[in-house]
Amino acid sequence: MPHIKVDKDLPGIRALLAFSPATATPLGELAEVLLRSDDGLSRAERELIATYVSYLNDCFYCHHSHGEIAVCYLNGDSETVEQVRNDYHSANISDKLKALLNIAGKVQKGGKHVTTDDVENAGAEGATDKDIHDTVLIAAAFCLFNRYVDGLAANTPTDMSTYPLRAQQIAKYGYGNHIFVEPQPS
Amino acid sequence: MAHIDLQNDLPGIRGPMLYSPATAKPLNELAEMLLRDDDNSLSRGERELIGTYVSYLNDCFFCQNVHGALAGYYLQCDIPAIDAIKKDYTATDISEKMKALLAIAALVQQSGKAVTKDAIDNAKSQGATDKEIHDAVLIAAAFCMYNRYVDGLATWAPQDRQFYVDRAPRRAAEGYVEYDLTK
Repeated sequence: MPHIKVDKDLPGIRALLAFSPATATPLGELAEVLLRSDDGLSRAERELIATYVSYLNDCFYCHHSHGEIAVCYLNGDSETVEQVRNDYHSANISDKLKALLNIAGKVQKGGKHVTTDDVENAGAEGATDKDIHDTVLIAAAFCLFNRYVDGLAANTPTDMSTYPLRAQQIAKYGYGNHIFVEPQPS
Repeated sequence: MAHIDLQNDLPGIRGPMLYSPATAKPLNELAEMLLRDDDNSLSRGERELIGTYVSYLNDCFFCQNVHGALAGYYLQCDIPAIDAIKKDYTATDISEKMKALLAIAALVQQSGKAVTKDAIDNAKSQGATDKEIHDAVLIAAAFCMYNRYVDGLATWAPQDRQFYVDRAPRRAAEGYVEYDLTK
């Protein structure tokens, strides 16, 4: 049960966003800019970074939600998403993305864990400064979102068939206040 | 030296914010709403104190000094007083409600799942409303992001703590949205 009184019919972060629309607006815009940009990293790569960090933070709602969004962008390839969670080194992804996931894993522990070697390795695999910037900020942002969701003990749907429905909604319409204002996808 | 070429020499979070204006906008709007909006029963000083404390726990020099100076400005206390709160808030004369909210913030800093029902119940018994608990959790979570952004890119920070004290009145007046990053 959530720690505060929120709409029990809204899942996960959506109920928290509805509780506080004034903070929901910049949070939605941040997610939109970070995860739906086509400049540099692909949308699938961005969602995989978000999924991996959420998995490391043990946030069930977030890692399943963003994992399913990544599946949408990967045309149904759920195996790659599962590999990224469990052992990205053996996943069917580029060496550049592996180097960026390494940086994301460091950010999850703490900003100071990121080393010059980590960054140089990503650069050697072809990551641009913007790719590294975006990776650090996506990882940092999910250290926010994951704590927001679990810190308030948000409702976590146990019906796993609902996650792809919400994921398709995000893949199609993006992030923003519509995700708690409009009827939930069913 | 920062891990990437930020194309500017600004300290702390202002470096990557100038580098990436598209993400700076929502980051600043979130800070404005969380820390400075006046439609809130927690004072600006109390909210800056939560940001300061989490930044201290995350060992982020830039953030704990920026926000510590702002907390000092709003609460009309000096930096040694802010430092005493960071070191052991339970031994200071802040309100019992604030102590309970700082306890929640410290748990959020560890992990969302570390927040216990006991910690929440304690805050409620000290008079904290649902919105105050919501805001304490989101401020703490937000600083787990800002701190990682600042240190994850290895931005530089002025070491003279007076630098931050001197800037606090201006940031308090201008806020987080309507200001020139380069000044």
